Amino acid sequence: MALKKFVVGCFEDEKVLFPAVDKVRKAGYKFHDIYTPFPVHGLDKAMGLRETSLHTAGFLYGLIGTTTAVTFMTWVFTKDWPVNIGGKPNFALPAWIPITFELTVLFAAVGMVLTFCYICQLAPFIKRHHFHARSTDDLFVMVIECGDKTNEEELKSFLGSVGAQEVNTQIAEDGWWVGRYDKEDQLYKEPNIA
Amino acid sequence: MSLTKYESQIREPLVNGNKTYSQVTKDILHTIEAKPTRLWYIGFYVSVALLLFGVYSVYREVVYGIGQWNVNRTIGWGWDITNFVWWVGIGHAGTLISAILLLFRQGWRTGVNRAAEAMTIFAVMCAGQFPIFHMGRVWMAFFTLPYPNTRGPLWPNFNSPLLWDVFAISTYFTVSLLFWYSGLLPDFATVRDRAKTKLRKHLYGIASFGWSGSTKHWQRHESLSLVLAGLSTPLVLSVHTIVSFDFATSVVPGWHTTIFPPYFVAGAIFSGFAMVQTLMLILRKVMNLQDYITLGHIEAMNKVIVLTGSIVGCAYLTELFMAWYSQVPFEQDIFFKYRIAGPYGWSYWLMMTCNVVSPQLFWFRKLRRNVLFTFVMSIIVNIGMWFERFVIIVSSLYRDYLPSSWSIYYRPSIWEVGFYLGTFGLFFTCFFLFSKYFPVIAIAEIKHVLKTTGESFKNDMSSLEAKKVDEFVGEMHHGHHEEGTVKVAGH
Repeated sequence: MALKKFVVGCFEDEKVLFPAVDKVRKAGYKFHDIYTPFPVHGLDKAMGLRETSLHTAGFLYGLIGTTTAVTFMTWVFTKDWPVNIGGKPNFALPAWIPITFELTVLFAAVGMVLTFCYICQLAPFIKRHHFHARSTDDLFVMVIECGDKTNEEELKSFLGSVGAQEVNTQIAEDGWWVGRYDKEDQLYKEPNIA
Repeated sequence: MSLTKYESQIREPLVNGNKTYSQVTKDILHTIEAKPTRLWYIGFYVSVALLLFGVYSVYREVVYGIGQWNVNRTIGWGWDITNFVWWVGIGHAGTLISAILLLFRQGWRTGVNRAAEAMTIFAVMCAGQFPIFHMGRVWMAFFTLPYPNTRGPLWPNFNSPLLWDVFAISTYFTVSLLFWYSGLLPDFATVRDRAKTKLRKHLYGIASFGWSGSTKHWQRHESLSLVLAGLSTPLVLSVHTIVSFDFATSVVPGWHTTIFPPYFVAGAIFSGFAMVQTLMLILRKVMNLQDYITLGHIEAMNKVIVLTGSIVGCAYLTELFMAWYSQVPFEQDIFFKYRIAGPYGWSYWLMMTCNVVSPQLFWFRKLRRNVLFTFVMSIIVNIGMWFERFVIIVSSLYRDYLPSSWSIYYRPSIWEVGFYLGTFGLFFTCFFLFSKYFPVIAIAEIKHVLKTTGESFKNDMSSLEAKKVDEFVGEMHHGHHEEGTVKVAGH
C-alpha cells in the first residue's frame, strides 16, 4: 500500500500506440503498465515484458494429476483392497486410462486458473485504482510512474507529442486493496467527446 | 466502401457495419443496461414454472422411490438415461466452438462462443441430474467418490465405466466453468466501469475480480485461454467417449460395438450445434445482435451440422452392416427384427429421418442461410438426436437374452416426463438469467478481431489498394503482417 505519482496518457488507436511505446522506452521512462480493453498482440514484446511461463505451470499440474491418479488407483487395487474380478489382473492399467486422463486435465486446469489468479492478484472483492473508466471500453491507457528525478511537465508534453489524446497526472495506489477504500467511487457518465 | 483488388469474395466480414470499439461495447452491454423486454419476462416465468414442475417430479421420485417412473426390470434405463446422454451431447458444441475452433484459429467463433459455453455449462448441469437421481437413494450419491470411509475403507471400482462417467462429467463441468469464467472476467470489468448505479458497480466489481486490463495480465490470460482450450479439446472428446463406454463395454446386443466412441462424439457435436442454432437465432433476434451473429455464423454452423449429421448417418449404416456381417444371431435379431422393425420401429425411422435425411438439405446454400429454415431444422435435429439415444437404450433392452424378461410396454410416467421438462426449466431459467446479466458475446474478443474484418478494416486498406499486386505480395511475404489475418482474394 503506497501512494505514488503517475503520468497517464490515453491513446485511441493501436497504430499510434505502438510507435509511442517505442519512443517512450527509448526516452528511458519506466512503464507502470498499459491498460487495454482487449489483448493487443505484440504489445507485451514492445513493452519489453518477458514471455509468461504460466503454461509450464499448467504442464507441471497436469503431471501431478497423472501421478496422483495412477499411484492412488494402484495402491487401492494392489495393496489396500485387492479384489479378484474374474481372475483379471489387479493392476489394470488400460482400464484406468479414462480416470487418469480426467484427473490430469482437472489438475492442470484448476491449478492453472488458481495460479493465474494468484500471480495477477485477482479475486472477488479485490479493488484497484482505475486510471481511466474507458480503459475497459475503447482507450489504451499508458501509465508511467514518476520517480524522484522525473520531470513531470516534460513527460506530459512528451506523451502529448507522441500522440496521446489525453494526458494527466494522478496520485494513486499502485497495488490492490479489499473492500471500499476509494470514497469517490465514480459512476459512469456518457463521454461528451464526439 | 468497396474494394476491388484485395477484398475476399469468399470470406464475409465477421462483424457487420462500421463499428468502433465503444460501439461494440454499447451494442453488447445494451442487454444488461436496459430493462428486459416483455418477451424476456414471459420466457423467464414459463421456464421457472417448468423448473418448479421438475422439482416436484424429482421430489416424488426421492420420497416414494424410483417406482414413480415406469422403468422396469428389463428397460431399466428408459427416459432417464436417454435424457442424460442427450443433455451431455448438447453441451459438446459449446466446448467445440470455444476450444477446438480457437485452436483452429476460426475467427467466427468469437460471435457465438460465450453463449455456446454458457449453454454447455447449463446442459451439463441438467445432464448430471439424471444419473444422480437414477441412483434411487440419492442421499448416498457421494458413495461414488473415493473418500476415506468407515466401511473398510471401501473404494469405488475404478474399472467401471459408470465411475469413469462420474470423473468425466465432473471434470468436464469444472473445466468448462473455469474456461467460461476466466473469459468473462474482462467483460465483467467493462460492465463495472460503465455502471450507472452503485449496486451494479459493486456486484460486477466483485464478479470481475478487480480486473484492470494490464498488458501483463492480458498476456497471461491469453496463455491461460490457449492452454485451457488445448485441455478442453481432448476432454470434450473423452467425455462422450466415456459416456459411450457405458454402453460399449457391456455385452448387450446393439451396445457392444467399437464404433460407439466416434459415433457418439459426432452425434454430440451434431445435436449440440443444433441447440446452439436454436438459442442463437432467438438471441440475435430478441437482443438485436444481428451485426455480431451474422448469417455467416449461421451458415458456418449449418456446415458443421451437415458434416456431423452425415458422419452419424454413416455410423447408423455401419452398425446395420456389422450386425449382418458378424453373423451373431442376437445382434442380427436386435437390429433387423426389433430395432428397424417391431413395436419400436417407428422411433428408429423417426431418428433416421431427422438425423440423416433432413440435414442433407443443408447442402443448398440458400437453405443454410435461411433463418427460419435453420430454426426449424435445429428443432428437428434435436428431436432426432433424442430419439437416437432412446432407440439405442430401449430397443436394445426390451429384447435381451432371456425371452422371459422381454418387455414392450414401456411408456414414461408423468413424473418421468416431468423430470425431463424440469431440466428444460432449469436450462432456460439459467439461460434467461445469463442473457440478462452476462455479456452474451465476448466483447474483448470481438474487439480483438474487429480491425481485421469488416468495414473498419477496409478503411485502412485504401493505401494498400493503390499498390501493385507484386509489391503487396512481396511485403506480405516478408512477414510484416500478424497471424495471416489479412485476407487476399485472387492474385
